[in-house]
Amino acid sequence: MATAETYSYADLGPLMQRLTGDEKHDWSSASTIDILWVLYDRVLGPDDRFLLSKGHGPAAYYAVLAAKGFIPTDALDGFGGFASMLGYHPDRSLVPGVEISSGSLGHGLPLAVGVALNGRRTFVLVGDGELDEGSNWEAVQWAGRAIGLENLTCIVVDNHTATYGWPGGIEARFALEGWDAVRVDGRDHDALEAELSYQGGRPRCVVADIRR
Amino acid sequence: MSMRDRFYRSAAAALEDDDRVAVVLAEIGISQMPKHPRLYNVGIREQLMIGVAAGLALEGYRAVAHSYTPFLVERPYEQIKLDLGHNDLGGVLVSTGASYDASTSGRTHQAPADVALLSALPGWTIDVPGHPDELERAFAQALAGDDRVYIRMSEESNSARAEGERLNVIRTGSEGAPFVLAVGPTLSPTLEATTDLDVTVSYLSRVRPFDAEGLAKAVTGTDIVLVEPYLAGTSSAEVARALADRPHRLLALGVQNVELRRYGIGQDHRAAHGLDAAGIRRSLEAFLQ
Repeated sequence: MATAETYSYADLGPLMQRLTGDEKHDWSSASTIDILWVLYDRVLGPDDRFLLSKGHGPAAYYAVLAAKGFIPTDALDGFGGFASMLGYHPDRSLVPGVEISSGSLGHGLPLAVGVALNGRRTFVLVGDGELDEGSNWEAVQWAGRAIGLENLTCIVVDNHTATYGWPGGIEARFALEGWDAVRVDGRDHDALEAELSYQGGRPRCVVADIRR
Repeated sequence: MSMRDRFYRSAAAALEDDDRVAVVLAEIGISQMPKHPRLYNVGIREQLMIGVAAGLALEGYRAVAHSYTPFLVERPYEQIKLDLGHNDLGGVLVSTGASYDASTSGRTHQAPADVALLSALPGWTIDVPGHPDELERAFAQALAGDDRVYIRMSEESNSARAEGERLNVIRTGSEGAPFVLAVGPTLSPTLEATTDLDVTVSYLSRVRPFDAEGLAKAVTGTDIVLVEPYLAGTSSAEVARALADRPHRLLALGVQNVELRRYGIGQDHRAAHGLDAAGIRRSLEAFLQ
């Protein structure tokens, strides 16, 4: 992937503009862009797995996959078209590097638990609104309370969109179920890297706070 | 030994013999199986059961999930559709309870629409064994593959095992005689109901993919009777497709789409749905007169 190394964080904007065709759009406002970049640029190793559960608004994901050489940058043009490999929700059968097809909320975390059972370091990204889905909590409870799945990290992008909120904080709910949960500035690359790289004998929950 | 006991025994043996096999349970069945590192009990969390099975499949395991029919097929239906199907992963789902084995438990533990629901998703092999021996063979075959397989166990059983992966003619009537196709454990009552009738009786235990070629070849008349141990008409469209090249008429027997609101024993329910020998006979006579 020699070409991949030529892309930097600053290149993500133009790559995302190829997807959206919107030159005025402030690409850096995408809630997941910093997390995804830090994961792919600094954290993920070849034997690790990253599952994007929050498949909505995948432009940042596609841009990072292109920047890192998983998909050709030409694929970014025609986003959502009939012949495009890139839809509004990712399909693992179409997009190299995509581990799970997502779009329907609440599926990635249970899948990640299954992957992590194989002993593999596994990351999954969910949204604070997505946590409304009860299926997530089946996974949170079992991974934390029942088996202590220490090689699993759940990243929660908290841009405060859940209609009824999470009184007491998302991290408190994970912690109650036996997770090692922290909140971090979702734009701070060094802080994200530090928290995502840490593993301490319990499943890890990193709530990435995004202020709008 | 019942299908269910055979399944637990076979699954435990497979965990010992094959490093690729993992079993994911949601409480149901956990007390019937010996502990094993790849036997997971997720508690009463059926969505997680399917998600975890699919995650294990992503890692190359042959994952087996099992519960009562409604909790295996209906409650986590979207997980079956997406986590396994849309992700194009394999898995083996083995249900217990069939349509009304849980007769005293009532509607909550009954799912006669299971085969119809899974038939509506692409890529599923669906086995409806009619005998514990058939269950064991179907399960062994499923473990050896890497596709999506649903095996529907039942407390009802035919008096003997039969070959049913392809259409199997059990008793041959005269040329052009009515053609009866019995699925899974409906074979014994069907044979009893037709013992003195000039009909051909055939058998299928694998209903998806449906052996359309076998049916088209075997049918010589115009009258077709389908006897299925789940929702009536589940395979009607398959029969219609198989026989699209000729005029025919079809009687589709099976579990009626009603809220019966009755308890009792399985035999009561079989009779209520007209799936005992007497009921099948009544329906046949009305259809053929």
